[in-house]
Amino acid sequence: MADTDFDIQYVANLARIALTPDEEAKLGYQLGDILGYVKKLEELDVTGVEPMAHAVPLANVLRADEVRPSIPQEAALANAPKQANGLFIVPKIVE
Amino acid sequence: MLHELTLSGLTAKLAAKKVSSREAMQACLDRIDAVDGQVNAFMSIDRDDALGQADAADAALAKGNTHAAQPLLGVPISLKDLFCAKGQPANCSSKILGDFLSPYDGTVVRKLRDAGAVLFGRLNMDEFAMGSSTENSAFGRSNNPWDLERVPGGSSGGCAAAVAAQECFGSIGTDTGGSIRQPAALCGCVGLKPTYGRVSRYGVVAFASSLDQVGPLTKEVRDSATLLGAMSGHDPHDSTSVPTDVPDYVAELGGDLKGTKLGLPREFLIDGIDPEVRAAFDAAVKQCEALGAEIHEVSMPHTEYGVATYYIVATAEASANLARFDGIRYGDRVDGDDPFSLYCNTRGQGFGEEVKRRIILGTYVLSSGYYDAYYLRAQKARTLIKRDFEQVFETVDALITPTVPAPAFKAGEKMDDPLQMYLSDIFTISCNLAGTCGISLPCGFTSEPKLPIGLQFLGKPFGESELLQIAHAYEQATPWHTERAAL
Repeated sequence: MADTDFDIQYVANLARIALTPDEEAKLGYQLGDILGYVKKLEELDVTGVEPMAHAVPLANVLRADEVRPSIPQEAALANAPKQANGLFIVPKIVE
Repeated sequence: MLHELTLSGLTAKLAAKKVSSREAMQACLDRIDAVDGQVNAFMSIDRDDALGQADAADAALAKGNTHAAQPLLGVPISLKDLFCAKGQPANCSSKILGDFLSPYDGTVVRKLRDAGAVLFGRLNMDEFAMGSSTENSAFGRSNNPWDLERVPGGSSGGCAAAVAAQECFGSIGTDTGGSIRQPAALCGCVGLKPTYGRVSRYGVVAFASSLDQVGPLTKEVRDSATLLGAMSGHDPHDSTSVPTDVPDYVAELGGDLKGTKLGLPREFLIDGIDPEVRAAFDAAVKQCEALGAEIHEVSMPHTEYGVATYYIVATAEASANLARFDGIRYGDRVDGDDPFSLYCNTRGQGFGEEVKRRIILGTYVLSSGYYDAYYLRAQKARTLIKRDFEQVFETVDALITPTVPAPAFKAGEKMDDPLQMYLSDIFTISCNLAGTCGISLPCGFTSEPKLPIGLQFLGKPFGESELLQIAHAYEQATPWHTERAAL
């Protein structure tokens, strides 16, 4: 069962994932199938039902705003694919 | 043989100075050398680090440290490949993390170390905990020790396979929709998913943050209680961990089932349950009755919506959580001319197929124009599923169900049909959506081939102690937990 609204290229772009044409075809078909299945939820009457984001209702948790030790810069950069002068190196963003 | 001991059996011998932690650690390494070529539970092992920790535990024992103060002192425990342990890899069985090494210890790791555990090895899993078979690992699947042609379940399949193959004295996994209980059932061990908020998620790579919980996989229920006690408790680093007291789970074991009210949800006894699984489950229900439990048939009318709700909520959360893997701050990078193409290339080549499928699904259900129809509706369905639990827990103490509708399936069987793979989680998923606790333990075997069958108890929120007592009473009255896979 295919979901006709589902545009795999558009959504993959939103998700920042480059897909090969083969992947587009396969994932597009499988996701159409899964979306067909989850339409099952349309059977449910959810009138007046509050949405639930979390199992345990907790209020915001705050702490005192004080300086505490954290991971040193060198350790924070140690896993970076490219770094120099204490910075993450990325492609040019503005011309 | 040392590797055949349970966790509590080992601590008794360590306390009596009959064995050293180094001997126990070496026994695990020897066992791994002998059988892991077949099982493939471990992705990597830092042997020098493991033996060094064991020597430190032996020094602490010699100095007079006790298991009363440090219940895991000298006990080798293995970790799923998504826990941060300082200086060790945490690949989540994905290519995208490259040669990442954790810069810090997560809370579970720190608490286990404080309790004296010797933490070793990275256990295989479905990539980013997305899957039910370990077949989604970028580094090859693990095999079920009971039949190497079959999957060990997932996503914590390496954890379950390592315990069943007696390569460690317990392992730590995570459960988002059944990822501890389902592999425990398929491999014949005990797997516990604690209540949401019972164990800190700090230093655990996130899949779906409102569903993920950390829990132990062990040979016996008592060992599960020991590990849960060591890991539980409020953590200021995880704002969703709940500040409630941690009971002494081990001390509270030993009761019987007299007067315990067990609910049998009729919606779980669907057509399509494997006949041998159904027969073992029916026998387990009778056994609990014989031990004094009252069985009450109950109704949980929204059960059939669990899988659909889960695959919207979990993928939506995953699409947000996995946005951090962008090739900038850690992991592998695939270059591009601009940041946008760098992200797309890195993620396109770094993530495996199932992870891409779920991120794209999650992105879609959150996207403009579809949010209300999918995500908001699923959140409302989640409320209805939680209410089912609240209502039945007004009359019963716990629920009794099969863990999985069928025993371990053959590798490759469901790989081209993700929906069928998702539906194998049908009995474990609602517990995560409701945020309550659950445990799976062995309740028998199929005949040909001999494969383990899992029994699941689901408990009230923060009712782990009662859940462990029920599971322990059943376990001790049956022979299943003493059976081991022949390798």
